[in-house]
Amino acid sequence: MSTIENTVEGDDGVNRRDFLHVAAAGFGAVGAAVAVWPFIDQMNPAADTLALASIEVDLSKIAVGEGVVVKWRGKPVFIRHRTAAEIEEAKAVDVGALVDKQTDAERVLPGKEEWLVVLGVCTHLGCVPLGTKTGDDRGEFGGWFCPCHGSHYDTSGRIRKGPAPRNLEVPGYAFASDTVLKIG
Amino acid sequence: MAHGPAFETNSAVVKWIDDRLPIFSLIHGSLGAGYLAPRNLNYWWNFGSLAGLCLVIQIVTGIVLAMHYTPNTLMAFDSVERIMRDVNYGWLIRYMHANGASMFFIAVYIHILRGLYYGSYKAPREMLWMIGLVIFLLMMATAFMGYVLPWGQMSFWGATVITNLFSAIPVVGDHIVTLLWGGFSVDNPTLNRFFSLHFLLPFVICGVVILHIWALHLPGSNNPLGIDAKGKGDKIPFHPFYTVKDAFGVGVFLIFFSLFLFYAPNALGHPDNYIPADPMVTPDSIVPEWYFLPFYAILRSITFDIGIPFTDIVIIPAKLLGVLAMFGSILLLFALPWLDTSKVRSAKFRPTYRIFFWFLVVDMVILTIVGGKKPEGIWPVVGLIGTAYYFLHFLVVMPLLGKIEQTLPLPESIAKACVKKA
Ligand code: HEM
Ligand code: FES
Repeated sequence: MSTIENTVEGDDGVNRRDFLHVAAAGFGAVGAAVAVWPFIDQMNPAADTLALASIEVDLSKIAVGEGVVVKWRGKPVFIRHRTAAEIEEAKAVDVGALVDKQTDAERVLPGKEEWLVVLGVCTHLGCVPLGTKTGDDRGEFGGWFCPCHGSHYDTSGRIRKGPAPRNLEVPGYAFASDTVLKIG
Repeated sequence: MAHGPAFETNSAVVKWIDDRLPIFSLIHGSLGAGYLAPRNLNYWWNFGSLAGLCLVIQIVTGIVLAMHYTPNTLMAFDSVERIMRDVNYGWLIRYMHANGASMFFIAVYIHILRGLYYGSYKAPREMLWMIGLVIFLLMMATAFMGYVLPWGQMSFWGATVITNLFSAIPVVGDHIVTLLWGGFSVDNPTLNRFFSLHFLLPFVICGVVILHIWALHLPGSNNPLGIDAKGKGDKIPFHPFYTVKDAFGVGVFLIFFSLFLFYAPNALGHPDNYIPADPMVTPDSIVPEWYFLPFYAILRSITFDIGIPFTDIVIIPAKLLGVLAMFGSILLLFALPWLDTSKVRSAKFRPTYRIFFWFLVVDMVILTIVGGKKPEGIWPVVGLIGTAYYFLHFLVVMPLLGKIEQTLPLPESIAKACVKKA
């Protein structure tokens, strides 16, 4: 057809029209990809969800050997006031033999070893492990036990047995005073 | 081909319309006397139309529920209870929807097993089979999100466990989970989007069903003999023969449905879903709806990592492997037309395959039972064996059997086989 006859071809058989086609299609594809992004990103946490304030917890009422569950960002956080024996147990573990190798010291604040603060979310598929309430099944390692698929955590919240791949996560926290803990 | 007599009418109005928009011709040619089907279809061929009926029931009842339901974590549970107690006939419509989902899966599972038994997935029906699997995947997504809506304990924890599956994906897993949730846990944004998608997907399913029927009507239906229906007298018009047979099936189905609806409306559900969702307390055990149990059993059966022996190096952690096995168990079916090497379609003429088919059915039943048990005692082992057998069936038995099985002689034509019997 006439348009084709009128096109100048280079030595390699590629002409200006081919270039224009590729350039236009490429430009369109990039534009479409850019337009899609807002529709994906709208699913990510919104500004108000992200802004969920940090919380403060009064520790003075938690006796040694006891624990509490508080809600932070819609998730449970376990705070346990560990006994000397529990701390010893957590320190005595051979780290090399763990699934997720972490010493107890890496999971608590220095000088505050008696306070263990972890997210109450099983790293397997997200159930809330048992073991915070007195009388709960604490599993074979005295920490927490997840009934969903049988994960056992120790007194440092580390995974010791079962399908969970990682230790219970330690959220960012600090001591506002000796008895007030600030999470987030 | 599947074409019968062209559409004819005495009505000038109908003709006028049909000349401009051939909608009557379309119906006549796809569900009427203009569509020819093999003369020997048995009752296992009723379940396609029954699945279609279920889809209609779900959409009609769903739209009504959506008029009274509130997708907000503070109000969802109460709004469903209000439907149950205060809305006129709300109890009926909600029970129709909740039990209708189970009926839908029963119909579709039988429909799929029919295809497996009679070799309906083989050439030239591979596209038809694969489109069917797409419908099945969409149904599962729809039912999963629907179950979250009443915002009971099973809704919440089922959603938590299933969305967390995606965290097993290396590198981007956690980002995907946050994206699905729209937050840091299953919460109000999650409920809202699930409602939106639960509303949308059934209509997407409708579209894919049209593709399914389109792909069906090119080669026409398979049949219990599995041979091509191309001889003289092999086919009969869809209407009235199969419209009547399908209608009879609908009657029987409605009786079965009513037994659940009016006498045991909660038999297929979990009582914990009548406890409002509590993000701080996990129920004693998390059990999905019965139709997901075999796949849940496959997911949980894998509790070991794959790694380099005698080192700590893990290549595929157990969690990822379980997720891969679960999705793989369904995706595998897409390859079935090529995994099955036998030239013969129907199990009627494949004496050995027929036995393995029933082994597979038993295996699925066992996996269903395992999926409903707590993973303790003997059950994890049973689950692992059941899972291994499932994959063995499709990846080893099907390819080998087609090569070594001694099949029975095929009849010359459908007409001959039928007339001989009579
Ligand atoms: C493929 C078709 C569908 C399936 C398999 C399905 C499945 C389900 C399931 C299993 C539930 C939970 C029932 C319960 O335990 O209470 C549910 C709830 C719900 N569905 Fe559907 N559904 C479908 C179509 C629709 C459509 C088209 C709509 C609306 C446009 C809809 C609206 C709702 C609403 C509002 C609820 C919450 C009320 C309730 O829990 O009863 N569904 N759906
Ligand atoms: S969610 Fe805790 S073991 Fe699976």
